[in-house]
Amino acid sequence: MRKVSRLSRFNVVSLALGLAFLYLPILILVIYSFNASRLVTVWGGWSLRWYHEFFNDRAMIEAAWMSLRVAVSSATIATLIGTLAAVALSRGERFRGRTLFSGMLYAPLVMPEVITGLSLLLLFVALNAERGFWTVTIAHTTLTMCFVAVVVQSRLGSLDRSLEEAAMDLGCDPVRAFVAVTLPLIAPAIVAGWMLAFTLSLDDLVIASFTTGPGSATLPIRIYSEVRLGVKPEINAICTLVIALIAVVIVIASLASKLSSSQGESAAPL
Amino acid sequence: MSARRIFARPARLAAIAPYVWMVLFFLVPFGFVLKISLSQTAIAQPPYEPVFDLMAGWGALKAAFAALSIDNFRLLVSDDIYVFAYVRSLTVAVTATALLLLIGYPIAYGMARLPTRWQAVAMVLVIVPFWTSFLIRIYAWINILQHDGLLNQILLALHLVSQPVVWLSTDSAMYIGIVYSYLPFMILPLYATLAKMEPVLEEAASDLGAPRWQVFWLVTFPLSLPGVGAGVLLCFIPIVGEFVIPDLMAGSNALMIGQTLWLEFFTNKDWPVASAAAIVLLVVLLVPLLLYERLQKRQLEQGR
Amino acid sequence: MTDELPGTDAAAAAVGETQFAAGEPLLRIEGVAKTFGTFRAVDGVSLDIKAGEFFALLGPSGCGKTTLLRMLAGFEAPDQGRILLGGKDIAQALPHERPINMMFQNYALFPHLSVRDNIAFGLKRAGMARADIATRVAEMVALVKLDGLEKRKPDQLSGGQRQRVALARALARRPQLLLLDEPLAALDKKLRESTQGELMELQRRLGMTFIIVTHDQEEAMTMASRIGVMRDGKLAQVASPRELYEAPRSRWIAEFVGDINLFDAESKLRDGHRLVIGTRDAGPLVVAEPREPFGEGRLSVAIRPEKVKLSRRGPVREAGHETAINQLDGVIADICYLGGTTTYKVKLDAGGMLQASVANSARLDVDAYSLNQPVVAWFTPDDCVVLPS
Repeated sequence: MRKVSRLSRFNVVSLALGLAFLYLPILILVIYSFNASRLVTVWGGWSLRWYHEFFNDRAMIEAAWMSLRVAVSSATIATLIGTLAAVALSRGERFRGRTLFSGMLYAPLVMPEVITGLSLLLLFVALNAERGFWTVTIAHTTLTMCFVAVVVQSRLGSLDRSLEEAAMDLGCDPVRAFVAVTLPLIAPAIVAGWMLAFTLSLDDLVIASFTTGPGSATLPIRIYSEVRLGVKPEINAICTLVIALIAVVIVIASLASKLSSSQGESAAPL
Repeated sequence: MSARRIFARPARLAAIAPYVWMVLFFLVPFGFVLKISLSQTAIAQPPYEPVFDLMAGWGALKAAFAALSIDNFRLLVSDDIYVFAYVRSLTVAVTATALLLLIGYPIAYGMARLPTRWQAVAMVLVIVPFWTSFLIRIYAWINILQHDGLLNQILLALHLVSQPVVWLSTDSAMYIGIVYSYLPFMILPLYATLAKMEPVLEEAASDLGAPRWQVFWLVTFPLSLPGVGAGVLLCFIPIVGEFVIPDLMAGSNALMIGQTLWLEFFTNKDWPVASAAAIVLLVVLLVPLLLYERLQKRQLEQGR
Repeated sequence: MTDELPGTDAAAAAVGETQFAAGEPLLRIEGVAKTFGTFRAVDGVSLDIKAGEFFALLGPSGCGKTTLLRMLAGFEAPDQGRILLGGKDIAQALPHERPINMMFQNYALFPHLSVRDNIAFGLKRAGMARADIATRVAEMVALVKLDGLEKRKPDQLSGGQRQRVALARALARRPQLLLLDEPLAALDKKLRESTQGELMELQRRLGMTFIIVTHDQEEAMTMASRIGVMRDGKLAQVASPRELYEAPRSRWIAEFVGDINLFDAESKLRDGHRLVIGTRDAGPLVVAEPREPFGEGRLSVAIRPEKVKLSRRGPVREAGHETAINQLDGVIADICYLGGTTTYKVKLDAGGMLQASVANSARLDVDAYSLNQPVVAWFTPDDCVVLPS
């Protein structure tokens, strides 16, 4: 093994600058969310004033609650359907309509959000569906299941196929081999897929703007309209809360995947 | 029959649910976009003349097809606003992608040269900001770039400028926002190819007498081209259709196509024109996508 | 040791359940063929394997040996032919329906399960009672000497330990037939040799039938009681290791198994019980008349390097036996010292090159030959094999 570092001074400097570029703005935002001053940029001492303001802002709280509900439900549906899609693509070999299927799954990954949003709105209008929680959830599921499918599919693809064969050799039919061996091994990817879907949904402004109805704005829609009117310290507090929420989700998910891998022996399905 | 085929039968059944979902919520809506882009604008709710009514039977359907018009598309190519919007979208995307490559490459290169243990840490560090909300990241920069924001305060304190610089509502602010938001998308594919590269290759090149910069240009960079391609595409395509960043950070005198579409749809309520704009946007994006696919296929064939 | 394994009786009884006449093979492969696209991976193989045999499928990569093994395990179904296990055709049965288990090349241990759960995996599928599973697992752990490692995960084991877990897992169900796909390929040389011994010992003790696939001829020779050499999807020869080495059926097998000197025949002359074969590169060679007559095709004379003796003056001749010994003059052209033996390449005066492998039976090399030294190489007619090309 080579121990000699191949890092040049240029490498170190570019890495340090790059990471500073990525993190400083967020750090500044978090710090200023505790700023007592009404002027966003004048430091007036530490305070939780803007958090207090946020928790008393009914419209904002409602939007946040709506976003959370949409994110949890769409991520869950997307994980279920997206995992099924990944299984079909990586284990289904050739089947009729496979090209169309994979095309439909990959297209939303590269399609501009304005188009996805517009097309779904036109569908909901044509169906005369009442726009609100369910239409946004469906729209987000459609987008995020493609990401879940990609994440899970790449894990399935890198899995040693002889593990499934070994399970069959030891007495499993294909479905039981999948449940007993494949599923536990791709569980971390499924968890990662859910997280990705959750944050994408929580993050989305464009598709939600198209597919939601009056009176049911999501958090990004509210933040967006506030930001358009100018910077408000309350937004700093909300953003910090969202960052904290996402951090918690990431930590829980990584702990869960660690736990599931160390518990394997007692959790082995009989 | 092989082991793979033993598995394939139940696996194919798994396709049913996602297949139905995607047809219903991806393919069919797309048909609607196509249909509405070909119909006439009307001041109503919904604000378009339905091209056909499925309930009205075959005769109505035939009449409807006769009524299809490409007026919306004609408008898109004849009205300067739309043509400018497309040109601006492409210019912004090209410039921003070039900036991303210039900034992202050194970072990815530095990551790939870290000791293996630190590479994983660096990768997490690059991915984590991607998990924080996109809108929040833009907002963080608006905070910094505003008139009495941190950047101007620092510049004034250092006496680099005598008056606050106007950053917001300029193209530079927009480019900062785009670069900041898309940087992980550029770094990750670049890092993936650079990390896969055998360090022996660079050693062999310097052993054969190439100075450092030649090692880079003659060996490292050409070998990282697949990553460059992936990164460029991953950034270029969504930037062309970008809406939020130009809307919040750039001035309103030159619009990108995503903004135009949004404007037609929400403000002017001209759904047919918005739909037509969407179709044109997709066609524009198909070109780089197909190019990339061909490139990848060629690389695969060469690899064999 | 066998007595300590209560399960073995049950396994023997299980084998006995499927009644088949004494002397009938445990496994009969009949005209099995498998095509992938246009590639005929296995091309009409027929083979009988008796209960208790240690059989090796040997061949270069791509010869179809792995495909044949996978058809026995049930991962591929033959396009043609039958596979009879204890008289029952299992060619189209799914893997989990066969009383056959396989040890995979890279072991295919379930990374999310402990050693114990890996071994118990197949027993749980068989619906064995919990207590019986515990007993059987303990027995297997002792059998492959993994005591104390039951709770470890595969990634906490060494290569050799992983190999043992894979073996224990495959043996746990007491299969009628155990398939081993290159079981030792991932081990280093020393460990491979000791494991070979352990596998043979285990097979004898359990009285089980093993089929091993390998590309390593030494491994096949060491472990197997019979070897089937495969080439281009066909069985080229099925024989004991000794027969395979000393009496290969074709020139290709002779070259594939061990080193050999080959001389193309140009003429053939009968002389009593012997043939005198004229070769271009080594002159006339006297060989014993082969047991089976062969057709009119081209022949070659084959001689293993260790059968060739070297001396400075040639063998001491007894009166009347002059023709009984082949004696070729030449000079040493190349010397390769291998420790136990030294391989000399002799440039024959007749024009060809002859390899001779000489045991280094003395530590001080007073007898060693040097480069360009003239020597006489000699061997008896019985040391030669005549092969169709």
